Amino acid sequence: MLKLDSVSKVYRVGAFGGGELRAVSDVSFEVGEGEVVSLIGESGSGKSTLGRMILRLASVSSGTITLDGRDISSIRDRKEYYRQVQGVFQDPFSCYNPVFRADRVFEMIKEQYFPRLGAAEWRTRVETALESVRLDPGNVLGKYPHQLSGGQLQRMLIARAVLLDIRLLVADEIISMLDASTRIDVLNLLADLRARGLGILFVTHDLSLGNYVSDRTVVLRNGKIVEMGRTDLVFGAPAHPYTRSLLASVPRLHAKWTDEVVEDVPCAYHEAQEESRTRPGLAEVEDGHFVACSGCAGAAAEEKKIKEKA
Amino acid sequence: MALNVTDLRVYYRTLRGEVKALDGVTFSVADGEIMGLAGESGSGKSTLAKSLIRLDGRMRHVGGTVELDGKTMPLSDDTGMDRFRFREVSLIPQYSMSALNPTRKIGKMVGELLESRGERPERAELERRLELVGLSKDVLDRYPIELSGGMKQRVVMVVSTLLNPSLLIADEITSALDVSSQKAVATTLLGFRDRGLVTSMMVVTHDISLVYQIADTIMVMYAGRLAEKAPADVLVTAPRHPYTKQLISALPEVGVRYEDRRLTGIPGNPPSLLKPPGGCRFRDRCPLAFEQCAEQPPFAEVAPGHFVACWKAE
Repeated sequence: MLKLDSVSKVYRVGAFGGGELRAVSDVSFEVGEGEVVSLIGESGSGKSTLGRMILRLASVSSGTITLDGRDISSIRDRKEYYRQVQGVFQDPFSCYNPVFRADRVFEMIKEQYFPRLGAAEWRTRVETALESVRLDPGNVLGKYPHQLSGGQLQRMLIARAVLLDIRLLVADEIISMLDASTRIDVLNLLADLRARGLGILFVTHDLSLGNYVSDRTVVLRNGKIVEMGRTDLVFGAPAHPYTRSLLASVPRLHAKWTDEVVEDVPCAYHEAQEESRTRPGLAEVEDGHFVACSGCAGAAAEEKKIKEKA
Repeated sequence: MALNVTDLRVYYRTLRGEVKALDGVTFSVADGEIMGLAGESGSGKSTLAKSLIRLDGRMRHVGGTVELDGKTMPLSDDTGMDRFRFREVSLIPQYSMSALNPTRKIGKMVGELLESRGERPERAELERRLELVGLSKDVLDRYPIELSGGMKQRVVMVVSTLLNPSLLIADEITSALDVSSQKAVATTLLGFRDRGLVTSMMVVTHDISLVYQIADTIMVMYAGRLAEKAPADVLVTAPRHPYTKQLISALPEVGVRYEDRRLTGIPGNPPSLLKPPGGCRFRDRCPLAFEQCAEQPPFAEVAPGHFVACWKAE
């Protein structure tokens, strides 16, 4: 459904915009219908920039993002695009105007997208959407943002997105601000939406959250994909040293950190057969499990060879 | 005993009345103990941490005492507390990014800070401590803006522990960091205790799995009161309070997948602390609640070092 094809984002930096910063370079992956893909990375990995580009909040420097084969930047009518793709962000508290009732977010959708719909029918739609995110309409409608918890506000924002009958949801760190006891409800909700055929791009820095909910995982580092594939493969048999060290530093409940140094393994990319390097910079080590070069000596040697040939 | 807190009550003044953020808290921290303090937002964990350092204008010390190494701390006396701050009790604040003076080089700032406390800065000792947290001595000649978030966090950690305080309070210091720097910062805390730079520590966090990595004991707070305190292993593997039980079973771990095991959250919300209900405050959300819960359960020791505030925890 959604397809990214060697997408890059270059920011101009420095006093006169003389410098360049490649926030995202040559990223390609897909999100299918009814699939949760988690985008995992530390700060500065470009994960949020990717989310913003998919939501058309930032322009794409090179490469293309397509929805059902259509380049999203060629869709003139933004509303048409946003009927299909919506985003929910990290801080639910700053998405509401404290002066107005929280359900104003729904009214704005009605004004913009369904101006001709009758009030009664609209009300049933809102109630169904709220029930689908497991909120009691009587409990949350007519309340002000400060009367609701972070989890409730976040679920209302998801309900707002669902009202539009979207096909893709970009969820950028939507759980990070929530408390542990309500966090899991929002995660389960994402899983329920997936069962209804919604594609979800789940952007997070927390590996255990990504692992719980997603079908496929993309690990980013400095704007590049280091490893991607089915979640059980990436987490079960990480092939890139960066993924291994990330997994080793995740605090776990029933196992303490060990001082063991993650052992050196040969670079999976250069160990792989030439023909398995199906995507630029990525080798397919297992079915649908891609890994990039670990930054080994092999890369420098190859470059030298190419130069010599030239 | 390094720290003894008895029936501490701290309320916030608001226009609509007093918010009972810390309502009768009794516990102690032993010498050399690293205690993790966990709880959700609004549980009172940060209020407890702040009370031991400085009450801000909205906070009022209503009752109870705090004793540190046998001396009673004058919580509501701002100048009287100065004798304790930095020397006896020290704090690593949550936002170390904004804790450093942007107009001073790090070395100069530390010097001025020590002078204000009537201490003489010893350059050699300072350099040794920086080395301990993995920073080179060059940072002393740099401005805060030249350091990364993780480096600033470590500079603040060095500054907070310079006078070898008896109690160090770390308030959510890893929340803003990436997983790999989280691990480095947490193990540095452990190093401070093991080298004897600080006697005991209180690590405030909302992340139980992180604090489990370094803490000896974990204390869980709920709605301004203590729910449970136990050795870290016991709390994680055999919690007795229904709130702790549900909280721990709601944490997704690496390896747990939605298809295999669907986790559940805790239904309901914590009560308002403006006019909190009588009795156990977890009553409305608790699956085990019965008539006796209308009465406040004591924070009783059910096994050595294991305290629980629940009638059903024998």
